[in-house]
Amino acid sequence: MARTLVPIPQPHKIANGAVALLLGSRKGAFLLKGDPARRTWKIQGPHFLGNIVHHVVLDPRDRKTILLAAKTGHLGPTIFRSADFGRTWKEAEQPPAFRKAPEGENGRSVDHVFWLTPGHASEPGVWYAGTSPQGIFRSEDGGRTWEGVDGFNEHPMRERWTGGEKDGTPDGPKLHSILVDPRDARHLYIGMSSGGVFESVDGGADWRPLNKGCAADFLPDPATEYGHDPHCVRLHPLDPDRLYQQNHCGIYRLDRPGDTWVRIGSRMPKKVGDIGFPMVLHPRDPDVAWVFPMDGTEVWPRVSPGGRPAVYGTRNAGKSWARLDGGLPEGQAWFTVKRQAMSADAHDPVGIYFGTTSGEVWASKDEGKRWKCIARHLPHIYSIEAVELPR
Amino acid sequence: MRVGIPTPLRSYTKGRGEVEAEGRNLTELLADLDRRYPGIRFRMIDEQERIRPHMRIFVNREEARDLTRRLTPADEVRILQALSGG
Repeated sequence: MARTLVPIPQPHKIANGAVALLLGSRKGAFLLKGDPARRTWKIQGPHFLGNIVHHVVLDPRDRKTILLAAKTGHLGPTIFRSADFGRTWKEAEQPPAFRKAPEGENGRSVDHVFWLTPGHASEPGVWYAGTSPQGIFRSEDGGRTWEGVDGFNEHPMRERWTGGEKDGTPDGPKLHSILVDPRDARHLYIGMSSGGVFESVDGGADWRPLNKGCAADFLPDPATEYGHDPHCVRLHPLDPDRLYQQNHCGIYRLDRPGDTWVRIGSRMPKKVGDIGFPMVLHPRDPDVAWVFPMDGTEVWPRVSPGGRPAVYGTRNAGKSWARLDGGLPEGQAWFTVKRQAMSADAHDPVGIYFGTTSGEVWASKDEGKRWKCIARHLPHIYSIEAVELPR
Repeated sequence: MRVGIPTPLRSYTKGRGEVEAEGRNLTELLADLDRRYPGIRFRMIDEQERIRPHMRIFVNREEARDLTRRLTPADEVRILQALSGG
């Protein structure tokens, strides 16, 4: 099917307004509001105290609608929606749910909604959700009602692509990193832990694996077509043919129309390695990206390597990396950062933010050179999205 | 009939721990509850019509594991949640 190309609506401009951080945690959601200079921060919340909040995302098309993916320990999953930047909330009338299985078959049920992505700029009201176990859901009414993307959820290869329950992350296999090509609403990418990176060029009607070049050290076939474990996949909004991913087995870059990932993490210091969860891109420079490495050796401690947390940044698309730890703890700091818990604003210089498994939020307003702790004693942080506050 | 609601679900019932709902069996009762308190059913019952783990439904103090369980207007239904984890 021919790809319908639409122009990118507007280039990403340099922001100069106040920044807010939308924060999801294991015990609820918080809002951190900064001043325009990004010097002082005020915390609001908790919202939905006691709910497990995996993702809180602002709609960039209206800058006031927020969707929040929630469940409590034992209640079923749902999505809450605010049309007024978090002042009031309403629950989705029809949350993401798999199709009812035929009588006698053991059907899937959504355990939690893990990822939220606003749809293309030309499709106001469209959102995508990624779930555990792996599923894609689409809303066309701003998150009120959700339908499964059958092209993936009912795909005859889905079970083989995703593997069994034991192949997923400890709290369930996940579908994440739903990426919409800003030139083409029908061109989508997804990441799955496990499963790998997949691409659709027909709005989700069909999918194909896109994992060539990626290691899968945990599988017997090193050249397997799928079954990989991307932790976080990013597409550059100004150069949508450039993809980056922080994978379970390294850091990679892919320049389309090529289909083979290049391991750019091999240039990271050997003592640190190139394992981690999040990856964040500079909003205006496709050669600039940041990661937060974690210890992926032996039994996979999943902590800052050596107890010395650091962000690493590249300014040349992964040819070299610089350690960025000014102001971060110099030792005995064993937190890590989950895949949605690192984000960048659109100021110049860019502000970078990360939330830790130990409940701290760290901010840098100079692209990682100096860091300051702007919140502590919060619950285990799952996600952070930096947004510009509505004026 | 009277239906006991556990605290995690009282955001749907405006804080009430006991509400009225009708039905000739649990399926109908839960459908009626959802009509009165939209969204409450999916938090208890998944899309495959399974009672979610740790949710318990008792009819006259006897646990009902099957949504076809028949009910009479005099029955007392209690929904409970076994809380665990940290």
